[in-house]
Amino acid sequence: MTANRSHMTNDTVTLIRQKALWMRRRAFQMVYEAQLGHPGGDFSAIDIMATLYFGILRFDPKQPDLPTRDRFIMSKGHATGALYTALSAAGYFPESWLATYMQAKSKLNGHPNRNYLPGIETNTGPLGHGMPVALGIAIAGQITGRDYRTFVLTGDGELQEGSNWEAAMTAGHRKLENFTLIVDRNRLQQGAGTEDTNGLDPLDDKFRAFGWQVEMVDGHDPQALLAVLGASAKGRCKPLAVIANTVKGKGVSFMENKANWHHGVPNAAQFAQAMEELI
Amino acid sequence: MAHAAAQAAGFTDCREAWVATLEALAAADPRICVVVNDSVGSSKLNSFQKRFPDRVINVGIAEQCMVGVGAGLANGGQIPFVSAASCFLTSRSLEQVKADIAYAGFNVKLVGQSSGVAYGELGPTHHSIEDFAWLRVLNAITVVAPADAWETAEAVKWAAAHDGPVYLRLSRMPVPDLDLPNRVFRAGKAELVRHGDHVTIIACGTTVHLAAASADLLAVEGVSARVLNMATINPLDDAAVLLAASETGAIVTVEEASVRGGLGGAVAELTSANMPVPVERVGFPGFVPTGSVGWLFQEYGLSAEGIAAAARRSIGRALEWSGDRSGRRGAAR
Repeated sequence: MTANRSHMTNDTVTLIRQKALWMRRRAFQMVYEAQLGHPGGDFSAIDIMATLYFGILRFDPKQPDLPTRDRFIMSKGHATGALYTALSAAGYFPESWLATYMQAKSKLNGHPNRNYLPGIETNTGPLGHGMPVALGIAIAGQITGRDYRTFVLTGDGELQEGSNWEAAMTAGHRKLENFTLIVDRNRLQQGAGTEDTNGLDPLDDKFRAFGWQVEMVDGHDPQALLAVLGASAKGRCKPLAVIANTVKGKGVSFMENKANWHHGVPNAAQFAQAMEELI
Repeated sequence: MAHAAAQAAGFTDCREAWVATLEALAAADPRICVVVNDSVGSSKLNSFQKRFPDRVINVGIAEQCMVGVGAGLANGGQIPFVSAASCFLTSRSLEQVKADIAYAGFNVKLVGQSSGVAYGELGPTHHSIEDFAWLRVLNAITVVAPADAWETAEAVKWAAAHDGPVYLRLSRMPVPDLDLPNRVFRAGKAELVRHGDHVTIIACGTTVHLAAASADLLAVEGVSARVLNMATINPLDDAAVLLAASETGAIVTVEEASVRGGLGGAVAELTSANMPVPVERVGFPGFVPTGSVGWLFQEYGLSAEGIAAAARRSIGRALEWSGDRSGRRGAAR
């Protein structure tokens, strides 16, 4: 599957919206059936994921190890509801596999394992690991002259991990224009708001000070996401940080902006209500 | 730092073999690259950097990032050697080593420089005596501590060719060549350094030549000590250890590392479960006091005399055990 970045049409936006809706419904069903998962962060990230897989990334699900593929790294590895539904929708593995989510010996572990599933670039779960690995991938592209792009999605609370800033410093120093960070800025971490826990604002200034170009965008607006993620990286001479403002639990009324839906799981009535709302 | 051994003739700093081998490999294979944490000089990589400037990724003093970048380079098709002082490489970034290298299974070579107590007087913050225990338990990583310059070169070549994560534990402490005939480096296999029947001394890295010297001392008093160079700590050569247990009945382990969880721990785990024999573990009990590397080696028995004494203790305990067992058997009757 190849996305041509220069032709972002209304059809693309419609496709992304359809895929995102399917992903939300399917991810919530996985969480409901497993009675495990992180649906709040799945839902804040899903529009970003759908935009990447159906509008930005160049990949072939039949050749997941192609050296020239664009890379996506899910640093917030707990958001497997979003990741696995995206990979399945993108053709990496059959939808039937999603029904095994977190079952004994499932390929769909609670956090992604690259040795279990095609399309996963690295194992994540402990926070603050995706940025340095993605940085290494981007540097490999620089060394080999391959023109792939590397995208990494972090949570916002995750940015409290110092390893991200080690990588941010190096990416800025090396002016890695093929490197894009997307921050899922839902302003909630596991227990409370980010700004009540260990504040991140002004987040854009922090990245600018590290030598990055910064774009602020509505993380639920595919058109806006396509515009900033699809812009050519050539000649930017800086890594790109996209701060995507999002709503944790987006799309389900009783979940939105509620920290307890970080790893909350629905009962039968809540699942039914969510399915009614996600149409 | 005072290296008493450094003045001795015929002693070599194995880092020379490491860089010469790596440069030759890099000249033949553009995938070979290094990742460092401001450790170009301490890893002896200045010449490598001159020849292959694009293939030295210096992330600065940032070990978590350094190890993650190694994983990413492997994802991008490179063969990265992540080279840093082993104390920082293995402790500061242990979660990256666990999750990004061992669990993810990337083809990354971690190279711990100046391991053990090489930094002597700088103290336990700069010693790396816990690394064997930390990395051995991550079973996916092959852990190799070469004994001399020849074995260092061979281990670097093997690591580059091997598809999987490796930890090479190098030292800055000069050591003599083992001077053995017809050597072949085989990862995961013990190398017989001395034949012997009364006790087996299992050593690795900088202590192998000391173990050989201790066997020469023991021979004078009629004790026949087998010496094994156990360069690969993980996976351990189980067969060689169990054969030693069965044929010699007494074991000594020697390592420039903590006696907890490293080579000694591995040998004790294996023998206690399968063929219990006395195991005397020579190494460091934990954080050590201020002292030069030479003084620390002497103080903690990492010397020909100290290892010979441990061999005598192990043989003595074996004799006691056999006496106890026959005594218990007699009482039961």
